[in-house]
Amino acid sequence: MSITEHAKAAYVAGQSADARINFEIEAEGMTLNMGPQHPATHGTLRILVRLDGEQVIWAEPICGYMHRGYEKLCEVRDYAQVTTLVNRIDWLGSFANEVPFVLAAERLMGIEAPPRAQWIRTLLFEMARIANVSLFLGEMGAQLGALTPVFYAFRDREYVLNMIEAVTGGRFHPNFDRIGGLKDDLPKGWIEETKGAMARLREFCDEMETLLADNRIFQERCRGVGVIPREVGLEYGVSGANIRASGVDWDLRRDSDVGLAYKHLDWRVWTHPDGDSFARYWVRLQETREAIGMVEQLVDGLPSGPIRAKTPARIRVPAGEVWVQTENPLGEMGYYVVSDGSPGGPFRCKIRTPSFSNVSIVPWLLQGTYVPDVITILASLYFILGDIDR
Amino acid sequence: MMLAALNLPYWAQTLFRVGAVLVVIPVGALVLVYFYLFKMVSYLQSRLGPMEAGPYGSLQPIAEFVKFIQKEDIFPTAVDRFVFGAAPFVILMSTFLVYVVIPAGPTAVIENLDTGIFFALAVSSLSVIGVLMAGWASANKYSLMGGLRAAGQLIAYELPLFLAVVGVVMQAGSLSLQRIVYAQATFKVFGYNSHGLPFVIPQVVGFGLFVISAQAELTQTPFDMPVAESELVAGYMTEYSGVRFLLFFMAEFATAFALAGIGATLFLGGWYFPGVFHIHPSWVRDVLGGGVLFAKLMVLAFVIFWVRFTFPRLREDQLQAFAWKILIPVALLNITVTGVLKVAFHG
Repeated sequence: MSITEHAKAAYVAGQSADARINFEIEAEGMTLNMGPQHPATHGTLRILVRLDGEQVIWAEPICGYMHRGYEKLCEVRDYAQVTTLVNRIDWLGSFANEVPFVLAAERLMGIEAPPRAQWIRTLLFEMARIANVSLFLGEMGAQLGALTPVFYAFRDREYVLNMIEAVTGGRFHPNFDRIGGLKDDLPKGWIEETKGAMARLREFCDEMETLLADNRIFQERCRGVGVIPREVGLEYGVSGANIRASGVDWDLRRDSDVGLAYKHLDWRVWTHPDGDSFARYWVRLQETREAIGMVEQLVDGLPSGPIRAKTPARIRVPAGEVWVQTENPLGEMGYYVVSDGSPGGPFRCKIRTPSFSNVSIVPWLLQGTYVPDVITILASLYFILGDIDR
Repeated sequence: MMLAALNLPYWAQTLFRVGAVLVVIPVGALVLVYFYLFKMVSYLQSRLGPMEAGPYGSLQPIAEFVKFIQKEDIFPTAVDRFVFGAAPFVILMSTFLVYVVIPAGPTAVIENLDTGIFFALAVSSLSVIGVLMAGWASANKYSLMGGLRAAGQLIAYELPLFLAVVGVVMQAGSLSLQRIVYAQATFKVFGYNSHGLPFVIPQVVGFGLFVISAQAELTQTPFDMPVAESELVAGYMTEYSGVRFLLFFMAEFATAFALAGIGATLFLGGWYFPGVFHIHPSWVRDVLGGGVLFAKLMVLAFVIFWVRFTFPRLREDQLQAFAWKILIPVALLNITVTGVLKVAFHG
């Protein structure tokens, strides 16, 4: 957070709220501290809300409780080591974090991964998306009080994680991407098992649609709650499914020319005109189905060939700067990598994470809502704490 | 009363009766906790639940019980100590009093009051005072919001609960729970002479209203806004720990047990089953009747918990609107129709 007057005011308010929490109930309104430890925030996000009864007068997300300084750490690692770090940004879809960084490094070096590596990258990228979003599909129910869907989400997410583990050796932190290609090829028999897993996940999506999206109570809770108008969303830099749910037809997988295999696939970008919490849920549900379809197409059409381009044993990135952005499970993720040509790591690495921008709309969005809707809105915005604070 | 036959002095009978309720409350709560909270929900959620303590984890509730007793009974600095300490007992007391009138057999009832159902519903609504006490005395904002939400909800849903029962009372012609059971045993559907029929068939609307309102009275999903764990941590129970939390927890499930028992008595025929009066000696009727009531009660509780673990929760304003705009008008209509039919057919 940059030091602006706004941020200062929020900081002072937070400090004073700390002092008086649990000791007084003011005559007019009360300050409620949601987080850093609160069951609704899946991590240590703190939302300071000023309430009048149950209505929110203003709200302020206070992030930074999990700041790990990855941008600075990137400067003291070499390029090969950075993927280990960035794995831990969005920990539910880790592989997707590695891809834009590796693409940036490749672009600086002027090399390109061979087609098979690109296809497997795309494959794992979409599997990371499924692993990430399928948890949201159940978690949203848990936030609204339905306890069972989240168990189904964890159960069926396991199928994807198992397949990711079979390739990369890591369930959560694959660290599989290499500059110029990938660490290994796919193991034997993997493609057949993946098809089975994808069939299971299709059933999971149908199940979630029946249990939640079609549920009357779920719709009552979500429809018309937390509406992000198209223009406001664009101004705040909201991205990913959150902005597509507001009717913006913008998906970097289709609209940018990154070195991935999307242009060979048959798929579509889903949007929803409403911009409310239900639209965000619905768009993510459709995107998960779309991702499952993409994985099925990718395993069918895998080209043969090497999985790594020829790279020197010691990676040396020439001087220059580059900005690479991809459509990650949570939204647009970008790396601005500056190299000074020295051996070792990047001179500067700016990481643009989707959740940070998505959460910035929270003060605008929460004004005038009620406490139960706060939970709905936060759940439907779907952020990962590691992705906010990195 | 069965005990009267034993010629015990009054004080001994009273002691026995109080003891009986004090045994039934934890046993009922533990049974519901084990079968539904631990096992049924586990199978719904594709997991096994507790499996280690005893066969299929059946001793797990006792382990939990012991765990809570061992924990420290924390009083945070800012709480109103007396009110904070007393609140769980107020809630448990209201549960205790409900058990007094539920008949488990022809003579197995603690006290067969003439105004049985009226008494049961009146004392069950006392729990709202305990909830408010807990919410206010905790000096915690989440507790306060939870307590106020609970109070608003309990008051709103008591009305449809009462009105749903009125239909049954009109058909049975009595407020006594024992008489309502007998009325179902010798029931005439609006003049047509049949051999007993549970009120769930003629009062199907009332039964639906009763189950929905009972769900709300128990603050269970989809009406669990007061204890919504994803926003209010644990509502009015947030600051409680150790044995006092255990009391809240036990009261919640014991009340579920009691309300399911009342529902089974009112709508499913209670302890009655065909041929019960041909069984001798008469004390066997009480034992079998208790078993039958338990079976019916568990069926009803299954529905309550099934819904609880499947649906998302309604928002505060939505559940108020649901009570006032849908349930209460339907309940009033149900009463009117029942009254008209009763007069028309001299039933």
